[in-house]
Formats: sequence, C-alpha cells, structure tokens
Amino acid sequence: MNETDLHFFIDSTLNYFDEVTNSKAATGIPYIKDEAPVVLEYTGIIGISGKRKGSVYITTTEEMLKEIAHIILGAKEVKREDIKDLVGEVANTISGNVRQAYGSDFMISVPVVVEGKAKDIKLPDNIQSFVIPINWHDHKSFLVVCLE
Amino acid sequence: MKDKVKVMIVDDSLIIREAIHKHLKNFNIEVVGQAEDGKVALEIFRQTDPDVVTLDITMPELDGLTVLEEMLKIKKDVKVMVITALSDKATGLKAIKLGAKSFLPKPFTPEKLRSSFERLIAQN
Repeated sequence: MNETDLHFFIDSTLNYFDEVTNSKAATGIPYIKDEAPVVLEYTGIIGISGKRKGSVYITTTEEMLKEIAHIILGAKEVKREDIKDLVGEVANTISGNVRQAYGSDFMISVPVVVEGKAKDIKLPDNIQSFVIPINWHDHKSFLVVCLE
Repeated sequence: MKDKVKVMIVDDSLIIREAIHKHLKNFNIEVVGQAEDGKVALEIFRQTDPDVVTLDITMPELDGLTVLEEMLKIKKDVKVMVITALSDKATGLKAIKLGAKSFLPKPFTPEKLRSSFERLIAQN
C-alpha cells in the first residue's frame, strides 16, 4: 500500500459523511497499525479479493452510529438492529466506492459485523495495515485498511 | 386515480431498505415485498409481480446482477433501479447493458433517490 491508496480510502470516507449526513468529517494522520488493538463498540469488516487482496474495517461507537441512523431514517428512536446493520453498510459503501479508483476487479465481500469490544480484529499477518482516524462531530472512529 | 406502482426493495442492509421505503412513501406506490438476499428476492419477485425493483448488487446467496438477469427472464418489462456501493463506471454500464433502467450509486441522498425514482416511473 502507498500514499495514493490511502488517499482513495480517505476520499471515500469523507464523501460518505458528506453525502449521508450533510456535514463534514475530518481524518487524522494515518499510521501503521502495530499490535495494539483498534476496536471500538461496533465493527464492520469487508474482505477484499481480485486485483487486490486483504481486509478493510471501520470500527466505531454506538453513539456515532445512532446519530447517523437518526439522520438516515429521520426517526427519534433507532432500533439496535439498525445500528448493527449500519456499521456493515458504512464499511460496504466506503470499500465499494474505491472501485472508482481501482476498477471492477477490486472485489468486496458482504460485510461481517462484530458487536462489542473484541480483543482485536484478525487481519492477514503478512500485510501491513494502516489506521485512518476519523472525527465526525464529537465522535471518533477508525478505518483500518490492510491491502496487498 | 392511477393504480399504485408495485415496488419491491432488495438490499442486504436493513437500514437501507427502511430508508428507501421511507423516502419513496410520498409517491403513489405500494411496497409489495422486501428481500435481504438474492435467492429470497427471486422467490418474492415471483409471488408479488412488482412493477419496479430497487436492487443492490453485493448480497449473500446471489449477487444483484444475476438476480437482475433472472428477473428480466420472468418479467421482461420490470423496471429495475440498481442501487449499489459499487459505484465504478464499468459496473454501472454492465447493469444497464443487462437491462437495468436506472443506476444509483451509494451513498445517496433522499433527493437523488426520489429524482431517480421519478424518472424511472415516468419511463415508458
């Protein structure tokens, strides 16, 4: 992975927040993931195959997902299933949109959702992973990109 | 008054199905079915005979493009709007070539969904 790859994912992430919430998110400086776990309350994971191989995941808080779900549904009460589903949909959309840069042989899986603070998310050992911090309103989340 | 347009919503995401339903409710439509995977989508399609389908691509069991081809074999004049995160041009062109009448990349705003839907149902 190089700087250009990271920019594709940053642009896709910023576009997601812009379009869905009509308010801007900001990304922090990406860093190489070490052994320290990067896991918050809800995580949506996408497997990548085809031209590039690896995984992409977004991990975030219940509060952030609730706020986005409120915007999407315009409802006061948001169901737990909506929150859980939403983190998978965010991961799917951010990963799917980078096909504009990589082309259609960048294949994405359906999302897998992890609820609760897991020890860590298993990524391929032999590929370097990058963490992109995301700030939106007062919420913090992380996009982790691990691509061959 | 014209008959209601029968709509089916296919997406593996619950919140997207709910959002599509909500944002289209002001049209003269009846949502006759919803499905979260391609296999179930085809079963419900056969049972409910919708006029319009909103269809995701990346789904369990059967992908949306395969579902699109199957739906058109069953009902050649069904109007299918593909709504997908696979927003690259090649995927859009493939969907249209296979017979989709509209292609809307995710993420979408309610306004974009409604204007795409309006154009779709106005098509002959």
